Formats: sequence, C-alpha cells, structure tokens
Amino acid sequence: MSDTINITLKVWRQKGADDKGHFETIPVKDVETHMSFLEMLDTVNEQLALEGKDIIAFDNDCREGICGMCGCLVNGIAHGPLKAMTLCQLHMRKFSDGDTIAVEPWRAKAFKVVKDLVVDRSPLDKIIQAGGYISANTGGAPDANSLPIPMEVAEKAMDAAACIGCGACVAACPNASAMLFTSAKVSQLALLPQGRPEAAKRAINMIRTHDACGFGNCTNERECEAVCPKEIKITNIARLNREFIKASIGSDVM
Amino acid sequence: MNWVTNTFSTSIGKKLLMAITGLSFCGFLAVHLIGNLTIYGGQGMFLSYVEHLHSLGVLVTAAEWVLVLLAIVHIAMGLTLFFQNLAARPVRYEVKKAAGGRTIGSATMPYTGIIILLFIIIHLLTFRFVDKTPVEINDYSILTATFSQAGFVLLYIAAVIIVAIHVSHGLWSGFQTLGFNHSKYMPFIMGLGIVFSIIVGIGFGFIPIYASIIA
Repeated sequence: MSDTINITLKVWRQKGADDKGHFETIPVKDVETHMSFLEMLDTVNEQLALEGKDIIAFDNDCREGICGMCGCLVNGIAHGPLKAMTLCQLHMRKFSDGDTIAVEPWRAKAFKVVKDLVVDRSPLDKIIQAGGYISANTGGAPDANSLPIPMEVAEKAMDAAACIGCGACVAACPNASAMLFTSAKVSQLALLPQGRPEAAKRAINMIRTHDACGFGNCTNERECEAVCPKEIKITNIARLNREFIKASIGSDVM
Repeated sequence: MNWVTNTFSTSIGKKLLMAITGLSFCGFLAVHLIGNLTIYGGQGMFLSYVEHLHSLGVLVTAAEWVLVLLAIVHIAMGLTLFFQNLAARPVRYEVKKAAGGRTIGSATMPYTGIIILLFIIIHLLTFRFVDKTPVEINDYSILTATFSQAGFVLLYIAAVIIVAIHVSHGLWSGFQTLGFNHSKYMPFIMGLGIVFSIIVGIGFGFIPIYASIIA
C-alpha cells in the first residue's frame, strides 16, 4: 500500500473582504497520507513560496483539536467528512489517490473573509461580551461543598463548555445562524448556580447581540450538531429557548 | 408593552411564533381529519357532521377567524425568517453538502409552506366560498362533483403529500423551539412527528380517491 497520494486541491483564494474571490486549482503530488490536512496545506504553501507565489492563508493554532482556530469547508462539509473532529485532526489517509478536494472558508454575512480561508469570527466574541460570563467579585475561595451541584448537571454544563467557538455551526447552518454556539455559551452558565443570578439578562442580551451581528435564525435543521467537532447537542438550543422564554415573561429585563 | 415587541422581534421570538401557530395548525389538521373521516360513513353521516359543525354558529366563525389570524402570523413570520436567513449568507458556497442533520422536510420548509398557502386558497375557493343556497347543492355534492375530476384528485393528493412533508419537520421542530427537548421524550416526539405526517398524508390523501370512486 502506497503511503503517498496525488490530489487536486480546489482552494478558495480571496485577497480581502472586498475581493470577489475564486477557486484556484492546485495539483499536489506525493502527499504523505500520514500528514494532517493542515500539514498538507503547509507543504503546498512551501511549494508556493518557492515558486514566488502568494501562499494560502488559513487559521490554525494548537493543531490538536482544542483551540478552535482552524476550520474550512472540505468538500462541502465543515471540518471535513469525519465526525467530532476539527480540520487539524483530519488526516490525508482519509482521501484516495486522484481525489479532488474543494476547500472553502466559512461563509456568513457575520463572518467577513479576511484572506483566502481566514474569516473574522469576532462576532462570536461580541455574543460572549453581551453576557457569556458571570460577575463574581474576587475574594476568599468559597467552601468546596457550599454549592451542591448534581453530577449529571455538572456533566451537562461541561458538555456545553466543550464548545471551542470554531464557528463550524455557523458555517454548516443553512441559515448561517450561530444558535448552537450561543446556546452552548448560555447553557454552560445557566446550568450552574453561579450562572443563575444573571441568567435572564444573559439570555436576552446574547440573543439580541446574536441577531444584531447578522447571524440568521435557527430553523432546527440540525446541520450544526452534525458537524460540531465537540458534539454540542441541540438540546442546548432547547435550553436556550427555555431560558429566553423564562427571561422574557418571568424577569424584569425589558 | 415594549418588552412584547422586544421579545418577538428576536430570532427566538419569531421562532416561538412559528412554533405556537404551527403546532396549532397540527391540532387543526387532526380535528379536520377526524371530521373528514365521516365521508366513509356515507352521505348521511357526512352531512350530519357538516350540520352539527355549522350548528355551532358563532363559534365556527370565531374559530375561522382564529385560523386566519394564526395563518397571517405563521406566513408573515415564515417569510421574514426565509428572507432574513437568505440575507445571512450573501455569498453562497460553491461546494456544499448536507452533513446529516437536514431532512427533506426541514430543507424544504419555506417552499412547501408557500405551496400549501396556494393550495389552501384553491381549497377554500373550492369548498368554502361556494354558493350553497340552491337546494340541489350541499357539501356532499360539492365533494363528489369536485373529485369526479381527475385533475382535482391529483392536485389534492400532491398537496396532501406536501403538507405531510411540511409537518414531518414542523411538529418536532415546534416542540424543540418551545424548549421541549429531553432525551427522555424527544425520540417519542420525533417519532410522533413522522407518524402524524404519515397519518395526515394517508388520511387526507385517500379522501379524494374515495370521493372519486363514489362520485
């Protein structure tokens, strides 16, 4: 069995937000199948640099699936064909010799293309800034068991907190909605007693900011859940909906 | 009342309106189907059902206006969401595949919705807004006269299938939007959505066929 394959990359090239952009076809020979997808892009970039061409810009950092920096649509699916993985965890052995691989950036009105495959995901930060935190004053550490939290509740909060904010949910959503992201960020706090005092304000403000950023409306298509590298469930969206309903009719927040 | 507009102008607020009105329509479909099944009891039973229904008088009129109101909200919100969601991705993907979440129902909601609206207009013009004052015309004769035409039978079967597709996503989606999603009962609700859409499809779909046979 050969350890190298020849592929054809169809990669999105775009100079900036105002550029129209286009697909560039790059034949890549002798790709080692042990390489990750990003390492493959690295080698392509080395080649492009040697040829004096503009290298392909793409976001990345930890390359072990925990930072949330990387991510593109590979053959039409966010983070590529494998479930529960980021793009950096995808290996070239998952492709066959002679494959044509299309690589596109996340596309949404809220995510402006910075260059090639790099998009500006700061609207997700704006949603966090609108309430994705608790206002706790510093001081002496409270007694460990002063706030009892059932194990299964802690687990659900941790599952929601696994969100790395990569933006794949927005990219995969047919409506470019960031509802899965927002629901994870609301849920991780709403489930815990420390998050309750600001729960109403948080749910309402984060949703209003979500809408103001230009994200679409969730229509329960479940594409987000299917591509999420951290397997965040849409039960979080249902929880966000409950939090929003409670906050709207049961709190003083206007 | 500022908080009301604030609530329903958010994306979740609009979804809530879709869910409440949509689930109400699921209820209406069930009631409508149960009533329509009297057709299988023959002309006497069907006309007796019609008579009993209309003997409710002002309640029927009130129910009709409630349905109109629900329809206006459902259609207005649906179109708003449709156009906002199109605008949320101004540059479309060149290569895009479904990752396994979408269904035929969920992917076609706006389109099946618009077709259903057109169908309802035809349906109301055929059965509701008809001069029923002549003695020889009653709801049973209208039914048999309509479905003696093959075109109407095919139109109704096609429309009912589209309603079933719409409902197959709509029912569970409504519960999800209202916040009812728990591993304890969500599989049941999703199953119910499929079963309900099949019942709606078969239940309503066979009426035109049966009516064309007895016509």
